[in-house]
Amino acid sequence: MPFKIIASQCTGCSACESECPNVAITEKGGTFVIDPKKCTECIGHFDEPQCVAVCPVDNTCVIDTSFARFQVRA
Amino acid sequence: MDAPTQQEASSIGNEIGEITQLNAVQMRCGRNSGGGTTGCGSPAGRGDIPAETWEKVKNHPCYSEQAHHHYARMHVGVAPACNIQCNYCNRKYDCTNESRPGVVSERLTPEQAARKVMAVASTVPQMTVVGIAGPGDPLANPEKTFKTFELIREVAPDLKLCMSTNGLALPDHIDTIKKLNVDHVTITINMVDPEIGAKIYPWIFYKHKRYTGIQAAKILNDRQLQGVEMLAKLGILCKINSVMIPGINDQHLIEVNKAVKWRGAFLHNIVPLISSPEHGTVFGLRGQRGPTPGELKALHDSCEGDMHMMRHCRQCRADAVGLLGEDRRAEFTTEKIMQMDVKYDVESRKIYQSNIEEERSAKTIAERADLTKCADDDSDIKVLVAVATKGSGLINEHFGHAKEFQVYELSTSGVKFVGHRPVDVYCQGGYAEERNLGTIIRSINDCHAVFIAKIGGCPRAELIGAGVEPVDLYAYEPIDKSTSAWFEAYLDRVNSGAIKHIELGDPAICRSTLISAA
Repeated sequence: MPFKIIASQCTGCSACESECPNVAITEKGGTFVIDPKKCTECIGHFDEPQCVAVCPVDNTCVIDTSFARFQVRA
Repeated sequence: MDAPTQQEASSIGNEIGEITQLNAVQMRCGRNSGGGTTGCGSPAGRGDIPAETWEKVKNHPCYSEQAHHHYARMHVGVAPACNIQCNYCNRKYDCTNESRPGVVSERLTPEQAARKVMAVASTVPQMTVVGIAGPGDPLANPEKTFKTFELIREVAPDLKLCMSTNGLALPDHIDTIKKLNVDHVTITINMVDPEIGAKIYPWIFYKHKRYTGIQAAKILNDRQLQGVEMLAKLGILCKINSVMIPGINDQHLIEVNKAVKWRGAFLHNIVPLISSPEHGTVFGLRGQRGPTPGELKALHDSCEGDMHMMRHCRQCRADAVGLLGEDRRAEFTTEKIMQMDVKYDVESRKIYQSNIEEERSAKTIAERADLTKCADDDSDIKVLVAVATKGSGLINEHFGHAKEFQVYELSTSGVKFVGHRPVDVYCQGGYAEERNLGTIIRSINDCHAVFIAKIGGCPRAELIGAGVEPVDLYAYEPIDKSTSAWFEAYLDRVNSGAIKHIELGDPAICRSTLISAA
């Protein structure tokens, strides 16, 4: 399942953008959004999801349960 | 926090050094207070800072109290991301009317920042320093920070570059900092004991991992101290900022002072915690108070030794522009700078600045002539006095218009700058704000006198009632000279038995209270 950013809590600090190993995070109207197609939960890259670890506001980068669990794509 | 007040950025939003203020102490004979190492006749304006360092900082408005009357600086807010969390910071908070570190109105791209620098430099020829101090951490945004510096270097090689960092990423970027010829780096170091650090920093983000508690504080501190040593080794000036948090690191900062001193930092700037519930910081919500002016002064005094203590920092915004105390950032919004005709002319700037230097040296010589008088008196009495001033070292502000009071300690060793106290203006648009008068008096009631250019009958009576003598005898005259003349007369009055010297206590007000009132 990919991560999503709760826009109302995002401070727009951009810290997550440069940490994402998949370049899945971009700015949209002052806050940041995660492209669910690109998010891999950082599996295979790092021990913990980088957006969650660097985000200054807790519970802002959260699992988006509306998507299926991440599968390695061919 | 909604209505902008006149005091806004100009009273609390800037940072200036005290180096030259110390000079007044050192140029006088008599007993040496505060452990200064220089006797009479030391070179004006320099204090005991080595000549080479003085050359680098003499035109830096933040480091030299004298320079801030003549030179301007600007901060560009290109660095929004941070790699650590501090309990005194709230990343969601972003208010145009607030003047605190980390607060900005606009986040700029490096290109916008460079254009803004050129726009300001072409309008304000006395602008000598460009700094990056957030709103996050410059080195958590290395591409944006260094790209900005590169762009500025290309067009304006004469501008000094500086940055303020938490130090976590500093060792990784030290070569780039050297390569770009960054003049000064400020590191905020609040502890050298990880147990104390754990109370200040909930977490850090380091090498792709979030660390918490003592482990986080230890990594942070190791990296910070390593950074100080690396900067010193490369000959890059390193200043330390520390936030004084009563009950957490207040006494510990004496240890921090020693630790950074021997590693080669040239200046230590201990600033009071700014903390109010409405700021939404962990400390604010928890009711953690900031220090009182008396507590801050006592800490400054106990750290004072052979390293300079800054006492004049006004904890400015991360996007302040212009001379200290006169924030002009509203003139240089992105929208406005895009329409400005920008011409960067190194030559005319040089001419302007050499005129400033001529003026400065003439003034310094005149001041030295005034101050070389030796005090014969050996009284132990020390008093604090407050001064209403708009700058230039003169008593030139009306009591009712003062946005801040500068506080000086007078003793037979001389006049020593202690700090500034921001206050809510008493007279607004011709009307007296009675409720502000009490707050103003409480904020300076550890002072025996207040020097003003003018004062009305009502506040005069209230001040006298509170035991603070209003002095308007020296209107528009130099602070040092006037306060020492008053002090000599004060000692005479005490010696002759006309008055009795009474020790005054600590004012029962701290900085955050004043800021939240604004």
